[in-house]
Amino acid sequence: MGYPHPSHPRETPILSKYFGDAGARTVRGWRERGGYAALETALATDPQELQAIVKDSGLRGRGGAGFPTGLKWSFMKPDGKTHYLCCNADESEPGTFKDREIMRWTPHALVEGVAIGAHTIYAETAYIYIRGEFTEPYARVVSAVEEAYAAGILGANAMGSGRRIDVHVHRGAGAYICGEETALMNSLEGRRGNPRIKPPFPAVAGLFGKPTTINNVETLATIPHIINNGAEWYRQYGRTDNPKSVGTKLFSVCGNITRPGNYEVALGFPFKEFLYELCGGPLPGREIKAVIPGGSSVPILTREEAEGALMDYEGFVASGTMLGSGGVIVFDDRQDMVKQIARLTRFYAHESCAQCTQCREGTAWTTRILERIRDGDGTTEDFDTLLSIADNMSGKTICVLSDSCATPVISGLKKFRHEFEAKIVRTRGTVTVSGAPRASAA
Amino acid sequence: MSHGPSATGGALVAASLHAAHDDTPYEPVFAGDRRAALDTILTRYPTKQAALLPALWMIQDARGWVSEPAIEEVAAALEITAAYVKGVLTFYTMYHQHPVGRHFVQVCTTTPCNVCGAEDVVASLLEHTGCGELGQTSADGRFTIVEVECLGACGFATPVMINNDFIESVTPESVPRLLSERL
Repeated sequence: MGYPHPSHPRETPILSKYFGDAGARTVRGWRERGGYAALETALATDPQELQAIVKDSGLRGRGGAGFPTGLKWSFMKPDGKTHYLCCNADESEPGTFKDREIMRWTPHALVEGVAIGAHTIYAETAYIYIRGEFTEPYARVVSAVEEAYAAGILGANAMGSGRRIDVHVHRGAGAYICGEETALMNSLEGRRGNPRIKPPFPAVAGLFGKPTTINNVETLATIPHIINNGAEWYRQYGRTDNPKSVGTKLFSVCGNITRPGNYEVALGFPFKEFLYELCGGPLPGREIKAVIPGGSSVPILTREEAEGALMDYEGFVASGTMLGSGGVIVFDDRQDMVKQIARLTRFYAHESCAQCTQCREGTAWTTRILERIRDGDGTTEDFDTLLSIADNMSGKTICVLSDSCATPVISGLKKFRHEFEAKIVRTRGTVTVSGAPRASAA
Repeated sequence: MSHGPSATGGALVAASLHAAHDDTPYEPVFAGDRRAALDTILTRYPTKQAALLPALWMIQDARGWVSEPAIEEVAAALEITAAYVKGVLTFYTMYHQHPVGRHFVQVCTTTPCNVCGAEDVVASLLEHTGCGELGQTSADGRFTIVEVECLGACGFATPVMINNDFIESVTPESVPRLLSERL
């Protein structure tokens, strides 16, 4: 299948195999496609053994940080305490829309992964936190959970195993920051979505103060495939010379590209072939100017850098950026990079939870300065000010939203400095930059 | 989280007018089936406070926005203070603190949609609804248009949400048809 485009022969559709197949949405349809066999196997297997299988598979978190999933799960011991599993479905990183498609087309894949995850970390209760704007994915997942309860897959005696597994769906209400794991937990507890200071880490004191594991939608949806086919099967996907990045990954592609959409490829795939063959390259008569390969929080690449990159955790780092969430944003030669970088920082200024000074002030001032450069009112001194603010925003706050705002500024100024300078030259000597801040940038 | 001034300016005026002329007593939302639904939700969490976001959604679904008396009602139902409820309510952008147009239109203009022409979609919406500017409710009370940050459907630029409907791939040209379906 494939959605919105048929799968390309060079894709490896594992998670995306049933995208576009409405029949896969029901519990019956999911079972006909082999669904819930993995949960049945898992419920008959000791959690320690399941943790070992996932560790052995090499799966890393697909939400952005790339933390090894099996290792994260192994922090959860049979200590008799109440444990919780959270599924992070607050997908809001600009450029990323993969979890949305998993939930829209294969909601039972997520429910199954969540149930296996809960069993594996000794939890009876799991919460799926879905961003408020995702009305259709929310409805699909709620319906899948209801069906799973009715079929005895969830509940007091999950699949006849004697184990209790409850899954609840919780709807967010518009806050990017709630995708940060501890902000998500605060939000679930009925608080403002402010990230928490770590430590304590969630595995020690997470949701409602209890040991908690939190995983991304894509990570959890991958688990049933690993249980069914084994760790070794999963490890076959990836570069032979890089055992640190294995398996397949969904990449969401958007911006100025011929065929935007989701593509699932084995990690280590050549980015040039991905952009030009799978996604069809730039629009007719245009050229790619820049690419952000992993959601808006990772450094921008020039076309040349992007064409030389390999699509895995280490490959993107070697090219000076990160895999992040896999949200690929393409800019063509029509785009004004100053305007677009200013628009990105405006996003962060709007979404800052405002508890850390560096972030609250930094995101707002960065936006204000970039917008005046964009409007032809900047000076070359602004470049130093921007970099100084960016430095003060990096590595100094409770969460990384602040760093994420600084990232496009630093990489943008470095790689597209000529575009910034062009706007200054035009107005040199005519502008005084002084005075009090005007309206809030947020 | 903060709304830009333009996101609430027009609605604010509408709210104060509304408050000045509305003497009808507050009808509780959590009664009958809705009270039962809230009780079911409460069984899912170890604390009552955790049901705050779901409770606010129920209020908004029933009344269109979250009023001061509704805040009091939620506070009483969850055994927390009204000030606390307000603190949480104001953090999240999707709860309306003032009445909005019958069709609340949210247009994504964040970078991925911006490079695909989202600003032209905004202009087209403003023109065809007669809203004039962002955050203003049209004179007939039918539409309120706001810009929002990333709606998470970047490959389907430009996504627009009208109340709970999520519409993909909106263009300036497709706006008139979109609106005529919602007269």
